[in-house]
Order: sequence, then structure tokens, then C-alpha cells
Amino acid sequence: MSLFSLKVNGQTHNLDLDPTTPLLYVLSDDLGLRGPKFGCGLGQCGACTVLVDGGTVRSCRHSVSEVGNKSITTLEGLGTPEKPHPIQKAFIDEQAAQCGYCLSGVILTANVLLERNPNASEKDIQEALSHILCRCFTHTRMLRAIERAQKEMAR
Amino acid sequence: MKTPSSTITEQSMAQRAAEALDRAGFSRRDFIKGAGALIVTFTMEGAVRTVDAQQARGGGGAPAGAFGENAAPDSPPANQVDSWLAIGSDGKVTAYTGKEELGQGMSTAQTQLVAEELCVPLNRVNLIMADTSMCPDQGVTSGSQSHPANFNNRNLAGACATARAALLQLGSTQLNIPVGDLVAENGTIRSKADATKKVSYGELLAGKKFNLKVDPTAKRKPASEWTVMGKPIGRPDMAEMATGTFEYAHNVRVPGMLHGMVIRPGAVGANLVSVNEDSVNKMPGFVKVVVKKNFVGVVAEKKWQAMQIANQLEVKWSPAPELPKFDTFYDHLRNQKPTRDTLSVNSKDVDDKLASAARVVKATYHHPYQMHGSIGSSCAVADVQGDKATVWSPTQGVWHQRATLAMLLGLKPENVRVIFKRGSGCYGINGADTVTYDAALLSQAVGKPVRIQLTRREEMAWENYGFAFVIDERAGLDAQGNIVAWDHEAWSPVLGNRPVYSYPGNVITGFLAGFEPEEFRPRSPAPEPTNFSNNANSVPSYVVGHVGGVDHGAGTVKSERVLLHNVVSPFWTGPLRSPQRLQNTFAHESFMDEIAASVKADPVEYRLRHLSEERVIDVVKAAAKEYNWDARPSPNPRAASRPGFVTGRGISCVAYEGDNGYSAMIAEIEIEKATGKLTVKRIVVAIDAGPISNPDGLRNQSEGGALQGLSRALGEEVTWDDHNVTSIDWNTYHSLPVGFAVPKVEVVLVNRPDKEATGAGETAITVVAGAIGNAIFDATGARIRQVPFTQDRIKAALAG
Repeated sequence: MSLFSLKVNGQTHNLDLDPTTPLLYVLSDDLGLRGPKFGCGLGQCGACTVLVDGGTVRSCRHSVSEVGNKSITTLEGLGTPEKPHPIQKAFIDEQAAQCGYCLSGVILTANVLLERNPNASEKDIQEALSHILCRCFTHTRMLRAIERAQKEMAR
Repeated sequence: MKTPSSTITEQSMAQRAAEALDRAGFSRRDFIKGAGALIVTFTMEGAVRTVDAQQARGGGGAPAGAFGENAAPDSPPANQVDSWLAIGSDGKVTAYTGKEELGQGMSTAQTQLVAEELCVPLNRVNLIMADTSMCPDQGVTSGSQSHPANFNNRNLAGACATARAALLQLGSTQLNIPVGDLVAENGTIRSKADATKKVSYGELLAGKKFNLKVDPTAKRKPASEWTVMGKPIGRPDMAEMATGTFEYAHNVRVPGMLHGMVIRPGAVGANLVSVNEDSVNKMPGFVKVVVKKNFVGVVAEKKWQAMQIANQLEVKWSPAPELPKFDTFYDHLRNQKPTRDTLSVNSKDVDDKLASAARVVKATYHHPYQMHGSIGSSCAVADVQGDKATVWSPTQGVWHQRATLAMLLGLKPENVRVIFKRGSGCYGINGADTVTYDAALLSQAVGKPVRIQLTRREEMAWENYGFAFVIDERAGLDAQGNIVAWDHEAWSPVLGNRPVYSYPGNVITGFLAGFEPEEFRPRSPAPEPTNFSNNANSVPSYVVGHVGGVDHGAGTVKSERVLLHNVVSPFWTGPLRSPQRLQNTFAHESFMDEIAASVKADPVEYRLRHLSEERVIDVVKAAAKEYNWDARPSPNPRAASRPGFVTGRGISCVAYEGDNGYSAMIAEIEIEKATGKLTVKRIVVAIDAGPISNPDGLRNQSEGGALQGLSRALGEEVTWDDHNVTSIDWNTYHSLPVGFAVPKVEVVLVNRPDKEATGAGETAITVVAGAIGNAIFDATGARIRQVPFTQDRIKAALAG
């Protein structure tokens, strides 16, 4: 066991953890966060996606010790139901989900893309989401939501 | 009852409702039974028929219990208004339903329904879904039956309409104004003439119950007067989902909760030989190794510990018999004995008509096992202590789960509470039931709450797959090229199913723990059909469906035979979105296209020529109009779209389950000739689901169905080797990612405000494979009769 000082969604948490624990279980079990979810445990689907220092990371495939004291943001750290981030608002406005289980991967990945490349083309968006799965296949709405967010964020 | 430590949306709602009733001095159960509560009585005009009689609905293939007709004895009775509704003295409405939100938007639509029929604002309605301690037993949420069950004049809708009539009566007495001069509005009864003369529902009921039977003749609000229904109301759960705060079954946390993992057999059919607990019992967090016959699991303090212990545990399994060879599986199916044979229609003249036909067309179609492949592997939390159990489960059938869980644990059903918690989208029976058994067995063994989420491999390798099919189609044509006889013969493997009320062994955990799946009952030859059911869409839309002296079908062909041979499956099987219907429709609609092409007829015109049911005809026409279809036979004489590419379009349609929704789809595709790479450019789908409850919800379902169908048509197939399933992750089972070249999907809604509500979740997906296969033929002249249409298969078809 080792002591960790984890920075998650702007708060610091001091935890005594097995350093090999995948980050996902620390976030969902030790901190009770609901955004990142276990989908495959293999880094194939994206449901466990979080931001580490602003970049997307599949939290099921990285141990807590790899993250150390870097800054972690989960889907709930991006915005709240009352005050959603523009990309979350776009998903709400477009009703771009069915079961919603995959949204950490879709929203956080798209958001990083739009932050880094505000002029991302349709092909860029496709490329960014080429390893993200949504089994309800809400794809058309998700793409519309991302385009809406892109316009909104350009203002 | 234990409650999760954190705030839970639905759970809190249930608690709020229960607390409200506690404050009123009676439990929810007492509330329904009428013990000790004040009673409001009404005199209803006319005889009050039982709801059950109304619910006996033939032909639609409703899963048993969808209408409350087979309810558990202690379920709140479906024929009582109080089973469905409670109105507090504050005017707030609590509605109870057995139909769950699975991501399909059903909670939003049901809330709209209650608000509409009761004439209260949407935000005053709190919907409690599928909790065996308080909601009516409506069987499972499946089979596109939620709308038929709860939106037509029965169950939830009937209860609301009955309640509104009763409130008008009460208001009449209170205000001393005839009912005819009153109107229900915004949670009040008021005089039509004088808006100041009014009384609120809360005042009228003063916290009392209705004590009233659901009146199946209660007047429903016509669609023309709807103010809440029929509107594209956004889903209230959307903001929580998009901000990662929604609580799924996966997020349920109970004080003192431990974590479990299971170890499935080393091969399909292997038995447990030994478990070496010493291999793990010194590991950090170790709590217990749990063995029950062939069920093996471990419990630990933390998830990561449980995973490491499960990996480390030494388990020996017996050798298992070899699985049928993957490469020759379809031949194996066709020749397997024994069979259980079912005739859906049989005009008994098919052989003669085929013999005398001017021409006979025939073809064989193959459809693989496919999986639900939920994005989140299945998860449940169970708290079994002594003779009582509480589980938080994403099961589609809480009462089925309760009954079978009681069998598995050796408890009385009434001591088991199953609380539905939404899981990842399931599309049918994924691992939800089996993982609930896992959690409960582990919890019972340690006497503490246990959470378990399956690994990706456990989810995929052991779920109840959607049915594989081999389908032979034959048609006889007359000299004018019209169809005069249609012969359909299919082979499909089955093993297990939903657990229903008495078969825990219908899913893997129940089987491993010692319960047999429902027995396979061979039957050959098939008895002659006496009732018409097109539940499986085995009967093509183009025949008359003549059974019992009546034409039930959607088409004109009089000579018809539809025969199914079920055989025993090596893998567990169960309903996967549009079970059997999708596979049969793929064959029918591909075959119809082949026949049309063989007589050089336009595929739309040729379909219309053989259809009689106006609702199928209308969706075909609506799709063709939206697409701007130009009539010509396939293949496309101008297929070459640009150098190296060909393009084509294909149509497919269905009367879903015969009478439970109607759809037609046109797909436009492009194929790169050198590589066989297929791109779908455009999909137009026309849907008729009766009166539309929520147009945006219906669009969402139809768009999702179209693209999920595309994924299933283009890439999804369960594979295996000599002993094990080899589709165990997203590299070995191919789902189209969010970033694929997503086609434009245009949904045309055909509203039928004058008809009964039908299902809507499975109509679009049913027609996809047919539309794509027909488009491939249109583009290339090559017919692919096997799903999935992989790039390799397309390339091979182009070459040969």
C-alpha cells in the first residue's frame, strides 16, 4: 500500500492504495465517482475515459501510480446538470444518448479534439472517435452534438 | 432493507414515495390491499370488466405477463387503479410501472402518458419503475411490448383514464356541478363556465386511495386533444447522463459492500474438478472462495483484489466435448436431430403449386449467432442475509428475477426484493439476470452485500446469444411473374432463454449452480397451425396468413407454408433485439428482391403488388417518396458512380410481429470494386408505431436501430474454436465505432392517431440487413446470402 494525493476534479484526495490498482477502480470505488465506467477493461471501448492533464486516458488500463499527482478530470468534473459544459449542453440539446453508458468516452474525447483543433473537420471527428463504441448506436446524434458544440465553442 | 449510501435518483424517488405513504400511516403494500386506509368509493357506470379479459391479446406474440395476466400472486393487481397511481394531498402523482427504462426512453414516454391522461403538469409526476416491493408485475420489459401494454386502454393508461373519470365524479360532488360541465386541467377539476370554481386533486383525495378497478372502457384523451403526449419532450435523465452523475446499477454502493468475481468453466460443457483455496487465501483482501456445483466465485474487500484473486485461483475443469465445427455449422444445423417442428401457416397445396408453377425461384440464407454486447459488462449488487435478500439489478424482469432467485437461494419469493436499477443498454437478455444470480450467490455465502461486474470475456463468452438461422426459401411464379406459392423452411438452435418464473438454468449461472435449462421437447412432424402468430416474422409479409378460416397476413399469396425446425444449441440463446424476426425478415426481404430481379420488376412496385396490409404499403410508399425512388429493376444499369466504385439502393419492409409496428427502409451504398469496401451513404426509414407518444424518442430509437442493424449486418458474428467461444472482446467481435463513416439517416414518422399503440424499438433494426443486401445486389449484381456482409465476403462475391 502507498499513500497517494490524487487531484480529481479540482479536489485533492489523500488515499492509501495498492499502487497497481487501475485508476478506474480508485475513481469509482474509493471516490464514488460515476462518470468513468468499466466497459471492457482492455482499453477498447472508451467507457472509462478520463482526462489526465488535459489529455484522454483509458482509466481501466493505467494504474493509479502511473497517474501520480497529475490532474484528473472525469465527466462530472467537466460540468454539472445545472451548469453543463458547452459540449455536455450540446449532447443534452441534441438528446444524443440512449442508455448513456458510453458518454465519458464520447464527450471527453470529442472535447479534447475541439479544444486542440477548434476547426476539426468531419474527418477529424471521425478519426478521433474511431476507437470509441456506443452500442445503442446513437452516432448520428452524437456527431450532431459535437458539431453543435464546435459552433458554440467558436463563439 | 438496506439502502445505498449515496443519493440515487430512482431509489430516492421510491423512498420518497414510500415515506409519503408512511407519513399517511400505511405501507405501500397495505395501501394496495386496502388495510387500514381510508377508502374513497365511486360508482362507475356500466359493468367493470376485469383487465385480464382485456389483456388476452392474440397474435401479437406478447411475452407472457406483459399485460399483467400472469402476475405473481402478491403483485399489486393490474386491475386496481391504486396499483398504478397514488396522488398525494400535495397533488403530486406517483405512478408505478412494471415497464423499465432501458435507455429506450420509456420512462419519459410513460411520464408523458400519466401527465396527459391525468391532466397534470409533467413535473408533478414521479414514475417508479419495476421494484417488486411496490410495482405491478408486468413480466419483462421486452419484445416491443411496453407501448402495447401500457399505452392502450389497459394497465397504466387505463388506470389513469379511470382515475381522471373518478376525479371528475368527486369534483362534481364537491362543487355541485354536473360532470359534463367540468373539466380536468392542471391537477384540478374546474367548472368550464367559471374558472374560479375549482378544486385540486390533492384536496379531493386528501391522501386517500382510489379503491377502484381499472375500467377498460374509461374514456381516453383523443390524440387530437393531447398537450403532453405527441410532443418531443426531452429525456429528464439526459443531463445526468451527459454530466456523469446518473446512477446506474454499476454505481450502486451499499455500506459494508464487498466485491466479487466469478470464474467460468474452462470450456463449454466442462465440469468442475477441484478448486485450490490455498492458492489465494493469503492474498490481500481475501474473504472467500464460493463453490456451488460448477459455480465458482471469489469475494474480496476491494474490486482490484477480487480480480487478482480470481486470476490467481487454481481451478481444474474436466475436458469438455468438442463444439460443432464453426466452418460447417450451418450444415450441422440443417442435419441435426432431434428437432422441434412448428408450422406457422400451411395451405397444403404448396408442393402442387410449386410443381405447376411457370417458374420456381429458390435460395438459402444464413444468419450467425450474434450477441447483445452491452458496452458496460453486466453488474449487480446483492444483499442476502439470513432468509431475506435485496438485489439491485438491471434485469428486464424483476418478478421473474425474484422467483428464480428465490429458487437459487432457497428463499421464499416474498422474502426477496428485486429493485430495478438501470444498466448499460441491453437489447435483450444480456448478462443482467446471470450477474444478479452471481451477486446473490456470493452475498449469500458471505452474509454481506456483494457487488460484481462481469469481465468483458465473461459477458461475451457466456451470454444468451441471438439465434443463428438457416433459411430455405422457395417461390412459385406464374407466367406473368407473379408469386403464386411461398415455401419457407428454417433451422434454428435454442438453449435456455429468459429465466421466466421457474428456470434459473436458462442462463449460465443458474445452470452452473445446478439448475437445468427449460427442457427441449422434440416434436416432428409439426402439428397443423390452429392459431395465427407471426411473433417470429417467420411468415413473410407477402402471403395471406390463412389460419382458422381467416386471413391474418399482410399479403396476397394464397399458397403458403412456413416450417421451423428448432434444434439444441451448443451455446445459450435468448432474445436479442428483434429475435428471429430480424433473421427471418433478412431472408424474406432478400428473397423478395431476388424474385423481383428475376422477373425484371422494380423492387418497390413488386412488393406493393403482393401486399394487402395498408400499413405496410404506406410505409413502403413513404420511404420511397422520401428517398425519391425511381422505378427500375435491379441491378443498377448505371451502377458505376466514379472510377473504381459502384453504387446501388435496396429496399426492405416488415409488418413487425405481424401487427406490432411497420417499417420500410431504403439504403444507398457505394462499394469500392477492387477491395469490396462498402460505405453506406444514406438510409431512409419510414416507421408506423400507431399514435406517436414522443416523436423525438421514436426518431432516436429508429436511428439507433438503423445503425445497430448496420453493425449487425456488416460485421457482427459470434465465432468459436473446438471448445470455446472466441468472440471475447471488441477485437474479436466487431461493432462499428462511433467514428465510422456514419450515413445520413432520415426517419419518416407515419403517425396513426386513430390506431392502437404498437412497439417501436425493434421495427427499424429488423429491415436493415435486407435493405443492405439488396443494395449490394443493385450495385454489383452479386447476391450475398449470409450475414455479416464482411468486406471479404463482398470481395469474394464480386470475384465470383
